[in-house]
Amino acid sequence: MRALTWQGTHDVRVDTVDDPEIINSRDAIIEVTSTAICGSDLHLYDGVIPGVLPGDVLGHEFMGRVVETGSDSTLEKGQRVVVPFTISCGGCFHCQIQQFSACENSNPAEKQDMSAKLYGHSMAALFGYSHMTGGYWGGQAEYVRVPYSDVGPIVVPDHLDDDKVLFLSDILPTGWMAAENAEIQPDDTVAVWGCGPVGLFAIQSAIVMRASKVIAIDHYPNRLALAKQLGAEVIDFRKTNVREALMEMSGGIGVDAVIDAVGMESHGFAIDNMVDVVKQKVGMGADRASALKQAILAVRPGGRVSIPGVYGGMTDKFPLGALMEKGLQIRSGQTHVQRYTKDLLEKIEDGTLDTTFLISHRLPLEDAARGYECFRTEQDSWTKVVLKPGMDMPAAN
Amino acid sequence: MTNDKQLGLAGTVAGLGLAIGGLAFGAFLSQRRKGGDDDAPFYTRKSPDSDDAVLGRTVTIRKPRAELYAFWRDFGNLPRFMENVETIRKEGDHRVWVIKAPARQTVEIKTEVCEDVEGKRIAWRSVEGSDIVTRGSVEFADAPGDRGTRVSLVMSYDPPAGNLGRAIAKLFQREPEVQARHDLKRFKGLMETGEIATSAHRKENTRAAKQQEKET
Repeated sequence: MRALTWQGTHDVRVDTVDDPEIINSRDAIIEVTSTAICGSDLHLYDGVIPGVLPGDVLGHEFMGRVVETGSDSTLEKGQRVVVPFTISCGGCFHCQIQQFSACENSNPAEKQDMSAKLYGHSMAALFGYSHMTGGYWGGQAEYVRVPYSDVGPIVVPDHLDDDKVLFLSDILPTGWMAAENAEIQPDDTVAVWGCGPVGLFAIQSAIVMRASKVIAIDHYPNRLALAKQLGAEVIDFRKTNVREALMEMSGGIGVDAVIDAVGMESHGFAIDNMVDVVKQKVGMGADRASALKQAILAVRPGGRVSIPGVYGGMTDKFPLGALMEKGLQIRSGQTHVQRYTKDLLEKIEDGTLDTTFLISHRLPLEDAARGYECFRTEQDSWTKVVLKPGMDMPAAN
Repeated sequence: MTNDKQLGLAGTVAGLGLAIGGLAFGAFLSQRRKGGDDDAPFYTRKSPDSDDAVLGRTVTIRKPRAELYAFWRDFGNLPRFMENVETIRKEGDHRVWVIKAPARQTVEIKTEVCEDVEGKRIAWRSVEGSDIVTRGSVEFADAPGDRGTRVSLVMSYDPPAGNLGRAIAKLFQREPEVQARHDLKRFKGLMETGEIATSAHRKENTRAAKQQEKET
């Protein structure tokens, strides 16, 4: 089959690799019809996530048709399914309490040591996201082997286009959980750092949860325009003093909840951020957390901090004092996708949520490498790239 | 002169202090060796009780105690999740474990069950004619609420070729501690999900994935 493989930093290629096959009885094989490049794929592309090996197939946002099923799969051939990026067994303690992204069994035993050392506990497996999270081949491919197919994939009705439901695989539930983690109350003012896909879905979710005001912070004009379209007020951090503006826009109280949808590669001009950039470059592995630091200072005392943005290592100069003295609550984590898919599919069907506004580019899978490059370098106009394995390459100019 | 005297005195005091400190430290160490009086499992102590290598690990498995005990008691099942155990065959009252060792060798351990409390505990030890002197036990205890069963595996062994052997085994990723941890995780996975997780995409790679720990 054809698949997007990681070869090194800023080097991904579409290659011919082995077709996957059923290995365990609960597996299914999915023929991919749509797959997206995620902002977190850029962390792999930029080489800041450890444990990626040359030849690994990337991609954790995908959907398609079931073409083969193991004897214990509950899926049927021909069904259209969206597959959660978190691989969860359904049978362990964490799966039973709906904390699917903490599944204890999906990450093969021999691959658990690295995250167990780094985090104190091993992580669940994710599709196409380094060997630290299992080393499973991902969805930017023609076919994918999906383990525990009786637990993860959600069957979607034929009348909903791929574009409408594809994001159930990751970013829609991630944005939703980010808003849920911010414990939004009806009169709240909520600030969201980062108007990438997750930030935009968090804004949309916060509005559905009846926040009275959502303030979006970014510097890309097009992304800020999308946030405005959704009903947010916007701040361009390159032009405005963010903390001062947030204090004013929340009546001098401070925002009730903050959402960091930026993560470890945040842009920023503060000196400490520049130092962090250098450390990250020389492999000292400090996460750049300037958005998070700013968010913690901006949130009101007793407020909530939600972190859907991806972090992988350590950070320093963290405003721990502000966290304690202001009595903040922090919630974070990889998304428990399987917890949300059913409800969110209903909200898509009844029109409460629309996800198609986000897609800026649709490319053939063959053109995936260009997709990565442009998604990284032209973030203003390339808001979301969807790859279609079946699509023809555009004719050469 | 007075200075020298004072220095001498100070030296003596310091020396005494060091000696007392040393004694105290020694006592502290031996206390450690005997085991402190806290409630932590003995194998989590910072200094071991014996020269044998001891390892212990607990996992919680969401299955009834009786089911897990029965599966383990049928020793022929163990190679299904113990990567380095090739086979376990019966020889009279004994069982012979054939275990992969570094450099494509195998070692054989002839064991007897020395304790068997139904549903709770199985213990075994090596007998004459084994390549390694070892003993082990597995305990099954109810976890709180409906969390299932806590399964603790404790093993001790006399490392062949001493610490050097251990270092070599570690190089080959066959350090028993690492193996036991992985094996116990696989046991948990097999019991909870009916299968052993693998990120292989082809069946032939599954073998290879398993060999990864064996060959390199």
